Amino acid sequence: MATRTAGTLARPTAPKRQDPTEKLGRSMLRARLVEDKLGSLYRAGRIVGGVYLGRGQEAFSAAGGLNLRKGDVYAPLIRDMAGRLAFGEPLVDAVRTYLGSRLGPMRGRDGNIHRGDLELGILPMISHLGAMISAAAGALLAKRMRGEKQRVGLACAGDGATSTGSFHEGLNLAAVEKLPLVVMVADNAYAYSTPNSRQFACTDLLERARGYGVEGHGLDGTDPDACLEMVGRAVQRAREGAGPQLVVGRLLRLCGHGEHDDAFYVDAQVKGSSRGRDCLQVMEELMKKRGRAKEWGEWREEARAEVEEAVMQVSKEPVPDPFEEQWRATVTPGAVEEVAEE
Amino acid sequence: MSVTYLEAIRAAQEKALQDDPNVFLYGQDIGRFGGAFKATKNLAEKFPGRVMDSPISEDAMVGLAVGAALEGMKPVVEMQFADFSTVGLNQMLNHAATTYWRTGKPCPMVLRLPSGGTPGSGPFHSQSMETIYSHYPGLVVMTPATVEDAYTMLLEAIGMEDPVVFCEHKLLYYHLKADALPGEALPAFRARIARPGRDVTCVAYSAMVHEALAAADELAEEGHEVEVVDLRTVKPLDTDTLLGSVARTGRLLAVGESWPWGGASAEVVARVASEGFELLDAWPRRVLSCWMRRRSGSMRRTRRFRIIRICGRRTGRRQ
Repeated sequence: MATRTAGTLARPTAPKRQDPTEKLGRSMLRARLVEDKLGSLYRAGRIVGGVYLGRGQEAFSAAGGLNLRKGDVYAPLIRDMAGRLAFGEPLVDAVRTYLGSRLGPMRGRDGNIHRGDLELGILPMISHLGAMISAAAGALLAKRMRGEKQRVGLACAGDGATSTGSFHEGLNLAAVEKLPLVVMVADNAYAYSTPNSRQFACTDLLERARGYGVEGHGLDGTDPDACLEMVGRAVQRAREGAGPQLVVGRLLRLCGHGEHDDAFYVDAQVKGSSRGRDCLQVMEELMKKRGRAKEWGEWREEARAEVEEAVMQVSKEPVPDPFEEQWRATVTPGAVEEVAEE
Repeated sequence: MSVTYLEAIRAAQEKALQDDPNVFLYGQDIGRFGGAFKATKNLAEKFPGRVMDSPISEDAMVGLAVGAALEGMKPVVEMQFADFSTVGLNQMLNHAATTYWRTGKPCPMVLRLPSGGTPGSGPFHSQSMETIYSHYPGLVVMTPATVEDAYTMLLEAIGMEDPVVFCEHKLLYYHLKADALPGEALPAFRARIARPGRDVTCVAYSAMVHEALAAADELAEEGHEVEVVDLRTVKPLDTDTLLGSVARTGRLLAVGESWPWGGASAEVVARVASEGFELLDAWPRRVLSCWMRRRSGSMRRTRRFRIIRICGRRTGRRQ
C-alpha cells in the first residue's frame, strides 16, 4: 500500500526567515504559476472535473496564509491557492489533488479545490459557502477548551458567501464566543456571474462588522502592501484577544468562476478601474521601484521550476485503485452496511 | 427508586462528561436552564465551561461541532426539537458525514434529536427525522426504545468515532421507567427480540416498539403470537436478526412513526424482500403515520389498532 510522501517538494525551496514581502511575493508567484499550469492541464483534458482559479486575488489570499502560525486553523476557499501555499501547504499536494493522485491529502477521492490537511490545520472545505466559518470557530473553541493559547483561525469567504445563512450564523456565533477568528471576505464584485448589486444592498460589506459586534478592516485587495499591513493587523488583533475580525478586500477575479467560464459578464468599466489591477503586476512594479527586480525574477524562476517538477512527479503517481481501496464512509466496525445489489 | 428515559439520557451525558475531558455539550438553553426537556439539568453547574448555551443557529451549532470534532473533541449537540435540525442539515449531511470518506480522519460527534409525536405537539415539534439522516452515507442513526438503551446507546454514541444521530422519543421521556441504570449493554448495531412469537414478525423502533408490544399483548389473548423486533439502531440495520425472525414466522409487519414514503420501515421490507423473499408466506406490510396528521395519543391508538388488525388477519396460523 502506497503511503503519502511529500517527496522533495514538501517545503518551498526558499531560505528560512523570509521577510514578509518575500514570503508574500513568492506565494503569489507560486500560486499564479501553478494555477496557470492547472489551467493548461484542464484545457488539455488532463483534469477530471473543474478548475477554479484565484487569479487577481493572490495578494489578499497570501497575506492571510502568511500571517498564520503552526497550530492555527485555516479554512480557505476555492480561490486561496496563494494563502494555502503561504500557510505551508506543499505545492505538490495541490497538484496531487487536481490530478487525482492517491498520495495527496484527499487520496484522490475528493478532487480539485476541496482539499484540506487536518494535520497542517487546513480544514477541507465543503462547497456550501459560509459553512466553514462555524467549523473554524469550533476548532478554535476546542483549542480554547484545551488551554491552547494565542491560536488564531482564519476563514475565507467571498462577496457571495456573505448572503448565506451560514455566514451570518457562523460569524455571529464566533462573536458571541469572542473567538480569535478572522473572516476574510474577498469582495471580487461577482459571485459566479451575479454582480454585487444583486447580492446585497449595503454600500460596503465592511458595514456589517458593526452589526456583529466585531472589528472591521477594509482594504484595496490589489495592493500587496495594504494586504500585508491590514490583514497582519487583523490577525494580530485576534491573537491579542480582541475577538473576531472581519476583513474585506476589494478586488476583481481576473478569470471566470472556473476555467469553463469566460467571464463575459464582467463590466469593462470595472475591469479598467483600479479594482481590476493585477496584484502580481502591482507587486512587480513595487519590487522594481524598490530596486528588487532581480529578486522578483529569481523568485519567479524558482517557482516555475517547482511547478514543473511537481507536475512531473505527480504525473507518475498512482490514482486510487477501485479493487484495493476501502470506500468506507464510517470508521466504526459494523457501521458499514453490505446491501445486496445485483 | 426508578429511572426515567430522560434521566437515563441525562445520566449518560453526566457519565461521559466525567469520564472524558474531551466531551462537551452544546445547545439552546441547555446551560443554567437545563434544556427544554431538562436533559442537561444541573450539568452546567457540575461541569463549568463544558455545557454551553448556543445561539439559535442550528447550522452553526453543527458546524461548530464538526470543527471541534476534527480537533479531537467529542461534542454532543442538543437540538431543541428534532424538527429544528433541518436548519442544520447541510452541516450534518455534507460536512460531518463526508469527512471520514474524504480525509480518512474521523469526525466523532453526537446530534441529539428529541423526536416523535406527543399530544398536541403540532407539525413542527413532532417529526421523526431518522429517515433523512439514514439515507446519507457516513452517519450512524440510533433510535433507542428503552431506558436501558437510552443510557447505554448514548454512551456508545459518544464513544464512537463516527457522527451519530441519536433520536430520542419525547413520548418516552417522562413515562418510561426502569428500576435502575443498566450495567451492561447489548452489542452495538444489534436488534433485539423484544418479545418472542412464532406467527408474525413485527419490526419497530423507538416509541413504536411499545405500541407493537401492547398490540402483541392484545393479540395473545386471541391466540396469536407476535414476535416483536426492536431495531435499536436503524442505520446500520441488523438484517441478520430480521431475516432470522422472518425465517421463524414467515410474516412481516414493519412499524414506524415517520411518513409512509420511504424510511426505515420501507428499508426493512426491502431487505427482507430482496434477501429473504423465500422466507415470506405472505406479502410484507407497513404501518406508519398518515400524511400530515400527527397530533395526539389517539393517533397512537389508531396505529395500535392497525397493527392488531393486520397481524390478526395475517397470522391465520395454518391448521
